[in-house]
Amino acid sequence: MKKLINRPENVVSEALHGIELAHPDLVRVYFEPNYIVRADAPIQGKVGVISGGGSGHEPMHGGFVGYGMLDAACPGAVFTSPTPDQILEATKAVDGNAGVLHIVKNYTGDVLNFEMAADLAKSEGIPVEAVVTNDDVAVQDSLYTSGRRGVGVTVLLEKIVGGAAEQKRPLQALAELGRKVNANGRSMGMALTSCTVPQAGKPTFDLPDDEMEIGIGIHGEPGRTRRKLLPVAEITEMLAVSILDDLPFIRGDRVLAFVNSMGGTPLIELYLVYNELAKICTGRGVQIIRNLIGPYITSLEMAGCSITLLKLDDEMIRLWDAPVRTPGLRWGI
Amino acid sequence: MGCAREDARIALGNLKPADPTLGGVMTGFDIQRAPSIAQEAIVNVSREAVIHGIQMYVEVIAENKEYLTRLDSAIGDADHGINMDRGFQSVLGKLPSVADKDIGSIFKAVGMALVSSVGGASGPLYGTFFIKLGTSTAGKLELTQQDWASALEAGVNGVILLGKASLGDKTMVDSLVPGLEALKVALADGAGYGEALRRSADAAKRGMESTIPLIARKGRASYLGERSAGHQDPGATSSYLLLDTLANAWT
Repeated sequence: MKKLINRPENVVSEALHGIELAHPDLVRVYFEPNYIVRADAPIQGKVGVISGGGSGHEPMHGGFVGYGMLDAACPGAVFTSPTPDQILEATKAVDGNAGVLHIVKNYTGDVLNFEMAADLAKSEGIPVEAVVTNDDVAVQDSLYTSGRRGVGVTVLLEKIVGGAAEQKRPLQALAELGRKVNANGRSMGMALTSCTVPQAGKPTFDLPDDEMEIGIGIHGEPGRTRRKLLPVAEITEMLAVSILDDLPFIRGDRVLAFVNSMGGTPLIELYLVYNELAKICTGRGVQIIRNLIGPYITSLEMAGCSITLLKLDDEMIRLWDAPVRTPGLRWGI
Repeated sequence: MGCAREDARIALGNLKPADPTLGGVMTGFDIQRAPSIAQEAIVNVSREAVIHGIQMYVEVIAENKEYLTRLDSAIGDADHGINMDRGFQSVLGKLPSVADKDIGSIFKAVGMALVSSVGGASGPLYGTFFIKLGTSTAGKLELTQQDWASALEAGVNGVILLGKASLGDKTMVDSLVPGLEALKVALADGAGYGEALRRSADAAKRGMESTIPLIARKGRASYLGERSAGHQDPGATSSYLLLDTLANAWT
C-alpha cells in the first residue's frame, strides 16, 4: 500500500483537520462525534439539509457543505456509514426551527443509521424528513436485493435541493423535490483498478491488467460482470445504453450529464467519455443542456468512471444554476 | 410428575424467582420433560462470566479482524473486521464503568457502544442485538439457561426486525437463528447448560457454513447477485464467533 498517510486509523480525523484549516470561511468541523457544518449554521427559518456517508468519496459529502448546498455532512470511517450520534449532533447543529432534511444513499448501513438518528431527533422535537437516493442501474431493484445503490445522483440532488432550501422552502416541499430528482436520475459505473481501504492495507479486489469491472459500486464492491478491457467508445456505450433504457430517457428529453471520476482516472479520459456520451445522446435525440465533469463522488484511488443522466425540468434547471459556494462546487457567488 | 416439577422449580428458584410462565411462551420449553437433568446440570452464568465472555469476544474479533475483512472483500466492501474491531475496542473501554451493574445494564452498554462506534449496517444490527439482550436480562445478576434462551431470542428477533432479513438471505441471521433453535431444542431435551451452549454454537457454525452457496438477498453482497454465491458471509461468521466464544467462556 502506497498512500500519503501517517497512520491508517487517523486518516479520517486528519483529513477533517485539513478541511477545517483549508476552509474556515465556509465550514466548521466538530470531532467525536465527527461532523462538518456551514460556518453560518444554523440559519433561522431555513431547513437544514444534511447528508453523510462513509469517507473516501471526497469531495462528497463534506466538500459540498456551504451556501446553496449542504448545511452539514457526517463522515463515517472509510466506506462505512456514520453513526446515529454523529447524525443527531449534526441535525441539532443545523436546526433553524424549520426542520431538517436527511439525504441518504440507499445502503443498508446508511439507511439504518440515519433512521435511528431521525428517531432520536424527532424525540427531541426536530421534524426530520429523509430522501433516499437509489439511482444505480447496475443493481436490479427487486425483493431479492437491498435495492439500488445511491450513487451519482446524490451529488446533483444535494445541489438542487440545497438551492431550493436557500429559498426557504418548507421541509415537505424539499423532500418532494428531492424524490423528484432521484426519480429522474440514473447512473452506472465501471472500474479499471481496485482501491485500497487504508486500514485494510490491500486492494479490495484483484483485477487483471486487461480486464475491467462493469457496474462497480463506490465502495470497491465488485460489480456484476467482469470482462476484457474495451475502447472507451464501447465502454461508454455499455454504461449509457443501460442508463438511457432504464428510465427511459427519450427523444426530446433535456438532461444534465455527469461524468465522474472514481478518483484515479484523469480528467482527460473523462472528456473522452463525455465525447462518446454526447454522441450517443445526440443519436437518441436526448439533449444535454448541463454537464458536470470531474471527481465528485469518488472511491479512493480507484480508476474508472461513472455516468449519471438526470432528466431536467425548468425548476431543476433554475436550481442547478443557482449560486453555490462550497469547497467542492462553486459558481455564481 | 407434579413432584418432579416442584423439584425443578426449587432448583430454578435459587436462580430466579419462580415464574408460572417459566419455559413456556418464549421458547416452548417444558420443564416437566427433563426434571432430573435440569436439576443437576444447571450452573448459572454469573455477571463476571458475562463480562469475561464479552472480553473474550473482543479478543476473538481482534484476532479475526483480517479474516473477517477478507471475507467481506470478496462480497462486500472489505471493512467488517475493521469495523467490528473498532466497535469492540470501544466496548472494552466501556466495560469497567458498568462492571458492578446488573447483566441487563452491561449488555445495554455494549449495544450502545457498538451503535455509536461501528457504523455501517453492523453497528445498528449488533447494537440492537446487545440492547435487546440487555432489555431481556434487565435487573439480573446471573443467567439461567432459560434466561439466556429468552435473551438470545429477543436479540435475534431484534436483528430480524431491524434488518428485515430472513433465513437464507446470506446474513448474520443464518447463524443466529440455527444457534437459537439449537439452544431451545437442547433446553427441551434437558441438556445441561454447557452442552446446550455447545450445541447452539455448533448449529451456528453449520448455519455460517450454509451461507457459502447462497445468493445474497440483503446487505451489500446482494448487489452481486449470483456472484455472491461461493463465499461465506462475514456477518454470519462474526455471529457464529460470538455464540462460540460465549460457549467457551461460560463452560
